[in-house]
Amino acid sequence: MTLLGNFSLWVALLLSAWAAATSFSGGWRDKPQVALAVVRSTYGVWIALIVASIALWKGLFAHDFNIEYVAAYTSRNLPDSYVFSAFWAGQKGSLLFWAAVLATFGAIAQFTASKRHKELMPYVAGVTLAVTGFFVIVMLFGGANPFDRLSFTPPDGRGLNPQLQNPGMVIHPPMLYLGYIAITIPFAFAMAALLSRKLDTGWVHAIRRWSLLAWIFLSVGITLGMWWAYVELGWGGYWAWDPVENASLLPWLTLTAFLHSVMIQEKRGMLKKWNVGLVVGTFLLSIFGTFITRSGIIASVHSFTQSNVGYFFLAFLIIVAVVAFTLLYTRWHLLEPETELESMASREAAFLFNNLALVGIAFSVLWGTLFPILSEAVRGTKITVGPPFFNRVNIPLGLLLLALTGIGPLIAWRKASPENLRRQFTFPVATGLVIALAAMGVGIRDFYVLMALGLGAFVLGTIAQEFYRGIRARNRMHGEGVISAFLALIGRNRRRYGGYIVHLGIVIYFVAFTGMAFKVTQEVTLKPGDSTEIKSPFGHTWKLTSLGVSQYEALNRVVSAATLELERDGKPMGRINSEKRQHVDSFGQKSFEPSTEVGILSDLREDLYVVYAGSIGGTEESSFAISINPLVWWVWYGGVVLVIGGIITMWPGGVSQPARKRQSAQAGYAVPMAGAAVEP
Amino acid sequence: MRAGHKFLIGATVIVASVALLITEGVKQTGMYFLTPTELAARTQADPSFYDLGIKVSAKVVPGSIVRNDAERRVDFRISDGGHEFPVTYVGMVPDTFTDQNEIDVIVEGKYSRDGVFHATEVLAKCGSKYEAVFEEQGKKAA
Repeated sequence: MTLLGNFSLWVALLLSAWAAATSFSGGWRDKPQVALAVVRSTYGVWIALIVASIALWKGLFAHDFNIEYVAAYTSRNLPDSYVFSAFWAGQKGSLLFWAAVLATFGAIAQFTASKRHKELMPYVAGVTLAVTGFFVIVMLFGGANPFDRLSFTPPDGRGLNPQLQNPGMVIHPPMLYLGYIAITIPFAFAMAALLSRKLDTGWVHAIRRWSLLAWIFLSVGITLGMWWAYVELGWGGYWAWDPVENASLLPWLTLTAFLHSVMIQEKRGMLKKWNVGLVVGTFLLSIFGTFITRSGIIASVHSFTQSNVGYFFLAFLIIVAVVAFTLLYTRWHLLEPETELESMASREAAFLFNNLALVGIAFSVLWGTLFPILSEAVRGTKITVGPPFFNRVNIPLGLLLLALTGIGPLIAWRKASPENLRRQFTFPVATGLVIALAAMGVGIRDFYVLMALGLGAFVLGTIAQEFYRGIRARNRMHGEGVISAFLALIGRNRRRYGGYIVHLGIVIYFVAFTGMAFKVTQEVTLKPGDSTEIKSPFGHTWKLTSLGVSQYEALNRVVSAATLELERDGKPMGRINSEKRQHVDSFGQKSFEPSTEVGILSDLREDLYVVYAGSIGGTEESSFAISINPLVWWVWYGGVVLVIGGIITMWPGGVSQPARKRQSAQAGYAVPMAGAAVEP
Repeated sequence: MRAGHKFLIGATVIVASVALLITEGVKQTGMYFLTPTELAARTQADPSFYDLGIKVSAKVVPGSIVRNDAERRVDFRISDGGHEFPVTYVGMVPDTFTDQNEIDVIVEGKYSRDGVFHATEVLAKCGSKYEAVFEEQGKKAA
């Protein structure tokens, strides 16, 4: 299997090197046969990397512990689902996963490309294959080959880190990777547009779906990461501003900015340079994220293997940045705006500020993440900033962004009249004020929480108003009932109403984040029969009574489970378990350090979060860390709503008639109707 | 005034606020991030480094962890090869915090004049550097 794997990697490397070289040299320009060969190399590389992936999976499932990667991440008693996911549990497998998925996306991009992008596609193939080739180079020459064999065969593998033995961990990394990887396709189109000088709106339309896809995967990946951290790590929160978390947030922020600013380019022919810059920047940030997580240059609690692989990424990052920005500079004159900003009271202006806020947040997160390195380089001392820094900077900027989330969609393009402003804003502003006052009425005094609730209600008001008006109009015009009008509204104008649903998800996130301001914690030691009380911010009193600790053996672990009996306001609420797990290998030997399973009882308002910290002197007297975390479930619901909105926005078809007319009437955009229908 | 100019003013305000928030944030919340050797040198040169909120990155000295479960207190020693300090901490430590194989820790807290580091937070890196494990075994054998 390793022979086949290595062979496939070499095939992929040589083929992508040839295609990239031919693509960039432009040797295909007058030779349709060569152009076709370049494009088809994408499929060849794809097949080679799929074969390599199957070879790795076969090695994993065959428990061939002579393969170092298999021995390092699996064991005979590891459940099959985790054997499967061990593919991306380690660095070497992750690199192969990345390369294989990128090749898949590259092939799909070629396969689905419309005829009118014919001049772009060989360049697109060149860029995707150059990036794919880079990953294969890291595997083959960076000491990260998943098919490397050991000089001996261990009787059993080391098994998978217990903290990774969690369903969230099976899907969180690939989701995040899929997001990172999908960003390569918009980047490839941007480069292709620059290289071919075809800088009309064509490339922007070609990547709309891809950038949304990347954004959805990143959103899912980040939310799952939060969920994993919350249920598995036991510190009672879901976001710690750790460098690795920040690395996943950065491209999400710039991509979100792009998804908004691209609308200005489509509608008004502005921001062309900025948009190319955002796509390039997002791609660079995705590589940067890999660099900081893999190089260990910044201290993080996530310890991925540190190796010289990080420096391959640094070199790649610098090369890509230099090439991309040089190319952008030489094409600068081709990217002049067609119109200019007419009024501050316009959707363009709102979107511009939204972009500034998003990029500002991204910059501050980048700055804070890199600060230890920057301060050491400049002042010779390492200074680090933590969650207090990120919260101080990003809460105000986040609130500005939340306000713009409401303002943007309501305000007219070009120039809004005072009448338009009054008609659009009266109801949402009133809603926001009422909720903010009501929150003060129930005793909330935290300024940021009040702002978040008030602005959140304002945005909800705008969304409700839009849906209400749309439904009422359909009801009057077509006589449709509320539900069918609602569905038709979304179906006929997916981009607009899908966008509103995404905004709804964002509001839910913001409200959920405020919950953590009211977190209550307690650390106690309880003998069996002892109880403790904790008061929740919603006014409930929880009583927890220890039932002692029980021990049992499971598939690949010995479990000590501490059980507590729960009462809320005197009513029995069942039991909650928190466990210490000692994982063992197939010979019954301890593998890994003990891991903790958190006990969580959730409802819509608050989570009871119990961590069994350990027993005292081998008795059943145990210590617990107990906390009440308000509104945490809304983070996950917010994520679900966000993703549903994203999928609606991305779903093919469903363009309303006026939208088509607008598009075809645009400057520099003469496309047959059929094409416009596929890419609204 | 043209809309473009008005926008530039608005943009300048936002950019300036971001810059201000960042510089103030660093000033107010920035913390020295030192190794034990650096901490020893600093406190010797400038006593104001005692009882100052700092972070120290080091390795746990194998076998040095003493747990007092009843008080939830953990005492241990950290070292970077050059200097070694005792650390005391009350609270929950992460699962990955062990003294088996020189794990990396980041402790946050204050170094007092009594020579003990009073930690308010202990972060342990996952002891999950498996990929290195086989290579290390090979090296040790060689």
